[in-house]
Amino acid sequence: MLADPSPGPHEWLDADAGPVVRPYTLTGGRVRPAGDAFDLVAFVLAGRDVDAADPWLAPEHRRLVELAHRPVPVAELAAELDLAVGVVRVLLGDLLARGLVAVHEPPAVAARPHDDILKAVVSGLRAL
Amino acid sequence: MDSVRSDGAGTGARLPLALKILVAGGFGAGKTTLVSALSEVRPLQTEEVLTGAGVGTDDLSGVETKSTTTVAMDFGRITINDDLQLYLFGTPGQDRFWFLWDELAFGALGAVVLADTRRLADCFPSIDYFEQRGIPFVVGVNCFDGARRFDLETVRRALDLDPDVPLVLCDARDRQSGKQVLISLVEHVARQRGEPVPAA
Repeated sequence: MLADPSPGPHEWLDADAGPVVRPYTLTGGRVRPAGDAFDLVAFVLAGRDVDAADPWLAPEHRRLVELAHRPVPVAELAAELDLAVGVVRVLLGDLLARGLVAVHEPPAVAARPHDDILKAVVSGLRAL
Repeated sequence: MDSVRSDGAGTGARLPLALKILVAGGFGAGKTTLVSALSEVRPLQTEEVLTGAGVGTDDLSGVETKSTTTVAMDFGRITINDDLQLYLFGTPGQDRFWFLWDELAFGALGAVVLADTRRLADCFPSIDYFEQRGIPFVVGVNCFDGARRFDLETVRRALDLDPDVPLVLCDARDRQSGKQVLISLVEHVARQRGEPVPAA
């Protein structure tokens, strides 16, 4: 893919920043999902089966639904598909709008878990 | 334990509770190494895309002139039990990616700040960030081969750390060592709430 003939040096772009990419080609240029943004650890769970003949679904959409047959967090889906989190969010927004997945945002308790949960984490870590 | 949630859609699937822990520190302090050493899944990188002005619009026009680039975020998982998972996120190393930290830090249980004694000042911004937002954190002094071994009290003074913030020596390559850092973080979180986790 050709690099953008940028009019001047861009503050984001250098060796540290990584390659210039066009990841949003897959989303038709959309950079935000239709509904809410999804947390990195929101769990995605596939709803009904995908119609194999549905021409609207891209291979990436289908792959997301496949992976979400068990609850998977958004960050893990992005890593599995090797796509940017932002792109996966847009695709998930599509799937959500069509009722193909459910997205469960982390409960407030995740940031302030109860004492018994903290104890379970410590003993779980000790046992690893 | 009440960490299990139903998915609410009647499919009967159980959703684990996912706790988010950040791994921060200066560039080259060992964030990637620590996440890899602790994660039960192969080291995964997930990428966040940066775009220029115009983020947040659904407008196709103008997209072609926007520069996009990717920022890799390390990401790892530790399963505590069927109902409880820890997710580790390595923060992007460069200061200009601060805005990504806010998303990472949202709803986080706490953070590990890795310090490299050869470049101690590199972790100051991370410490400032978590202090300002009241996010509990511990500092892990990564003992690199050949690095001068510092006395912990000297490091604590140099970092101007609050006395209650745990400061631990660690080897980011070593899983057991990394585990101890996480344990000190979770114990610190519990202590802050006045609900200390009893020692095993």
